Parts: sequence; structure tokens; C-alpha cells
Amino acid sequence: MLSMQNISMVYRAGMVETHALREFSLEVAEGDFVSVTGPSGSGKTTFLNIAGLLEQFTDGRYELDGRDVSGLSDTESSAVRNEKIGFVFQSFNLIPDLNLFDNVDVPLRYRGFNAAERKRRIEKVLETVGLASRMKHLPSQLSGGQQQRVAIARALAGEPRFLLADEPTGNLDSHMAMSVMELISEINSNGTTIIMVTHDPVLAEMASRNVHILDGRVSDDHPDIQIAQAATA
Amino acid sequence: MFSYYLKLGWLSIRRNPLLSTLMVAAIAVGIGSCMTIITVNYIMSSNPIPQKSDQLFYVQLDSWDPNNEDDDGFEPPEQVTYLDAMALMKADKAYRQIASNRSGLVLEPQGEGERPFAVDTRNTWADFFPMFDLRFIYGSGWDDSADRNLERVVVLSKEINERVFGGEDSVGRSVRLNGMDFQVVGVIDEFLPVPKFYDVTNGAFNEPEEIFIPFNISVEYEFPRNGNTNCWKTPDGDGFEAFLNSECAWIQFWAELRNETEKQDYMTFLNAYAEQQKELGRFPRPLNNQLSNVMEWMEKQEVVDDDAQVMLGLSLLFLLVCLLNTIGLLLAKFLGKSGDISLRRALGASRSSLFIQHMIESGLIGLGGGVLGLGLTWLGLRGIEMLFGDFVKNLVGLDWVMVLTAIGLAILSALLAGLYPTWRACRIAPASQLKIQ
Repeated sequence: MLSMQNISMVYRAGMVETHALREFSLEVAEGDFVSVTGPSGSGKTTFLNIAGLLEQFTDGRYELDGRDVSGLSDTESSAVRNEKIGFVFQSFNLIPDLNLFDNVDVPLRYRGFNAAERKRRIEKVLETVGLASRMKHLPSQLSGGQQQRVAIARALAGEPRFLLADEPTGNLDSHMAMSVMELISEINSNGTTIIMVTHDPVLAEMASRNVHILDGRVSDDHPDIQIAQAATA
Repeated sequence: MFSYYLKLGWLSIRRNPLLSTLMVAAIAVGIGSCMTIITVNYIMSSNPIPQKSDQLFYVQLDSWDPNNEDDDGFEPPEQVTYLDAMALMKADKAYRQIASNRSGLVLEPQGEGERPFAVDTRNTWADFFPMFDLRFIYGSGWDDSADRNLERVVVLSKEINERVFGGEDSVGRSVRLNGMDFQVVGVIDEFLPVPKFYDVTNGAFNEPEEIFIPFNISVEYEFPRNGNTNCWKTPDGDGFEAFLNSECAWIQFWAELRNETEKQDYMTFLNAYAEQQKELGRFPRPLNNQLSNVMEWMEKQEVVDDDAQVMLGLSLLFLLVCLLNTIGLLLAKFLGKSGDISLRRALGASRSSLFIQHMIESGLIGLGGGVLGLGLTWLGLRGIEMLFGDFVKNLVGLDWVMVLTAIGLAILSALLAGLYPTWRACRIAPASQLKIQ
């Protein structure tokens, strides 16, 4: 489903080179729920940006859903992002002057769906996240947890194969964080592949697999967290 | 997607009301000043008789001094002499032709207690009215026999008919001009050619005359002339008769020539006439007779003068300065939206769709600037009218062409101003913005 082979990412600022990823390789199968952990500056977010086609990598090979996505044009990579990938951000990134309906509508507009199809999808995903009754509300009228649910609804509206979440509970209290994590787990159980970057080991354990990144490389890859924990005990 | 982009543009404008107002104001001030000058230039250079401007020809006969070169070289005089005007009228070679000049008479109303007043008068020929497409409310112009038989007939403007006869049908009634009775044969409807093409020598933007009488009558009774009279030779003798037979040019001559053949035939006739005059000791310069259609004549006479064109250039420069300000403001606004732009990129918007979205937003700002600019243009034109008075009142009207031009220019300006800020905004790396929001 997602295959990265020897991906390198080097940021250059004048004479200074910073290696964010070094020969980074990872395979993610369809339906996986992968948590990505690592210390600050280890390359987690860079990995997520490359996985989401938001950044071009320096070297290596990246296949998404069987397609080599290195060297896609801007229009092509935008279309791939729109159709196959959903993003959930730490700070929700809702557009403040659009109501929930219109926020969820954004990716669907770029997909070119007609009005009826967009409405059907928006109502369905807002129903899924439990906010169908508040679709005319502005984000500022919701709690943080509710806002993140809207962001998840927006990510799901296009029925993507992948959900990329960058610290999705980082701005929430523990109660709301659990609620959001339960929603993400439920989405995964319905077949959506999820890659989630987190600092929180408790949340990381809720995934089916944990990848630990250190200095731009995969340092540990636990394909089955439950099994790994049992072995440790 | 267009309506969606319009909605996003409107939301974005509302989101930063102060910045948006500044941008709209910058464009509006530029458009207002520019359109004020453009409107004046546009009216100055407009075609006053578009339906037949290419069939009406101003006649210049080079009867002038061989030793007197003007700034443009040996150009023929702007008007013709009485001798030549009469010869051309008598030859009757054009489909229609008129000799005409301007004078001022005193009209004595018949009502008790009404005081005499001065009226601007056009001395002309019967063809004047059909030639220049004047419309009549009552009656018509006089006919050729009135010209030949020195009939004291008069055509009134609508305003004079209103003033003297209360707007009634005055045909057949008489008015007293300079102590003589003239019979009214017609009352013309509104006649306000801008520029006043048929006599630019007396001010291209002056009002048309208030009454029209036969040219021959004005000569017969030696009515005073208002306007330019240029002589390169002193008349041989004293008195009006000597003046009429002199080389003084004071008459405007127009010919209506319906096609190229008629024009060429007429030019051949003019040249033959000049050759004939040479044999009589006149026309000492080489042949240089000229026929100019209405727009050519306006251009020759520099109806749109250099000052107006300099002002136009300056106003366009001012618009440019306003646009540079708008570019700066748009840049600040669009780069301030980097989070929104990055989010949309992450959700699948391509650079091209974001480019269109932001250009439409720029266009909306331009539309606002255009509407406000129109208001400022109107104020600017009223200001010019107040400053210069009646002299410019025919130049300060906004028609639909100018309204649409103002809006179009404002939108185009805003789109041009928006190009660079939009391009910069679309180059924002989304990854760097999404994390820090």
C-alpha cells in the first residue's frame, strides 16, 4: 500500500545541510494502523509530509497504492492527495469563517463532485463523527474535541485510502483525546489505513504497529504491539 | 467552481476589512483620477457625427502668402476668403456644400417689457441642416431660393423658441433681429455636437449658435462677424466691399461627398479652380488644397490639445503608483493567508486552482475599487465643471462606455496587481505552514 525505499531528505540552507531522513525505508500494508514515534527532530513530521506528498524527497523511491509517486507534477500530486489521502492535524486547521458543512466541503470541491453528492457525503461523515446536528455552526462554537472530529470528518469525506494524522490529540485534554482516538480506531476498523505521529506512548499503543524513528531512520518496528508487549512482560 | 471562488473571495475580503478597504481605496483613487482625465479626453476626441463623419469634408484652399511659413510649414489657411467661398458655392460641385461663419445679433422680443438680448448666430446656407443631420421640432430649414433671393428667414434653436415663443410652434411668426423682421421657418431640436466640429476655429467645445440665418443676408446687411479673420494682404481700399474682395479668410467651408469618386472629383475641381486663380494672379503658393473629413479635421486642429494628453499620461502614472501600493497590500494579505493556502494544498487544491481563486479575489477587490472609483470620477468631473464653468460642461458627462471602461480598467488593474502576490502565495510550501498553525 505504502512503500518507501531508501528515502533521503536533505534541507539545504546555504552551505549547511540537514539530513531529515536517511535511507528511510518502510512498508505499510492496507488496513494497518501505524503509530510513528520518536524524539523531536527525529524526522517524524518530514516522513509524514513526504507520505502525504506535501514535500518532495531528495532521493529514494516511494510507491503509494502501487504507483510510483516520485516526480509527479503539482496537479497530479494534488489529485492523488485529494483522492487517496486524508490529513488530520494537531491544531485541527479548520477554516474559521466557514461553518462545519463548508469546512468538510473543501476537499470535495477540489474533487469536482456535484452538489448533491457533496451534500450526501458531508452529512454522512458528520453523522459518523456525531456532529450532524451542528453542521451550520462555526468552528469557534465547538470544543477542541469537536473541532478535531470535524477535521476527521473533513479528512474522511473524500473516502481516502490513507489517513495521515500528525499529533491528532496534541491539543486536547485526556478525555477528549481518548474520544478522538476511539474514533480513529473505529475508522481503521472500517478498513482505512492510518499512520499517526504521536509523542504519547499510551496513544501509540492503541495502534496495531509502532514505528520508532531516530535520526531520520526507522530504529524499531513493532509489527504487532500486543505481541511485543507480551514478550516484554 | 467560479461561484465557489467568488464566495471564498468575498469571505477573504470580509476577513480583513481594513486591509481590503485600503486596497479598494487605492484602486478607487487611481481609477477616479485616471477616469476623470480619460473621460474628458474621450469626449474631446469623440466622433460628433459618426453616421456620416467620413462623408463630410472641410475644405482648405491655399490662397496664402508665399513668404509666410507657419510652424507646420506651408499649410493652407484654416478658413477661406469670401471670394473663394462664393465661387465654390456658385460652382455647386459637391452633393451638398455650405459656407458659414459666426456672428452675433440682437433679438428684440415683441412682448411688452421684454428686453432685447444678444444671440449667437450662424450665417449659413440651406444645405447646413440636412448636411449635419439637424432634427426639427417645428418646420424645416429654408430652401435654396431663400439663399438666392435674400429672404429674411430664420431657424431658431429649441431654447430661443422656448424663450421667445414659450415653446410653441413659431413657424410663420417673425422675430426682430438687429432691427429687421425675420420669418421663422423652423425650430431645431437639441443640437449639441461635441466637439463643435463644424466650426472649431471659434472654440471646439463652445455651444452651438442659437439662431441660423442665410449667409447672404448677413453679407447684404453687413452683420458683424464673431470669430477669426486672418488676412495676409491689406484689403485694396476701405469699407465692407473691399473687405469682401480681399485675401482675408473668415469663412468655414464644408462639402458633403458621398464616396471616394465624389471626393476625387471635388479635389480635381478645387485644383482646377486654384489654377484658374493663379492665372488671375492669386494663389501664389504651389497647389496645396486639402479635404479633411470630420475626424481628420479634428486631429489637424488638435482638438485634444497637448495639455490634455500630458494630463492623461500623468493620471496613468498616478494609477500605476496606486497599483504598486495595491501590490504591496495584496502581498501582505495573501502571504498572511499562508495557513489557509497550505491547508487547501493539503486537501487537494493544485497551485493553478489556488491561483484562480486568488485572482478572482483580486478581481473582486478591483470591482469594488471600480465602483468607488466611478463615484470619485463623478466627483472629479463635477470639480472640473465647478473650476472651469460653462467652458467644459459638455466634456464632463459619464456615458455607459466610460462606466464600463472604469469598471473594466479597475478589474484589469487589480488582476495585474494581484499577479505577483498570487504567484508568491501559490509558491508557499504547505508543509512548513501546517505544523505551526
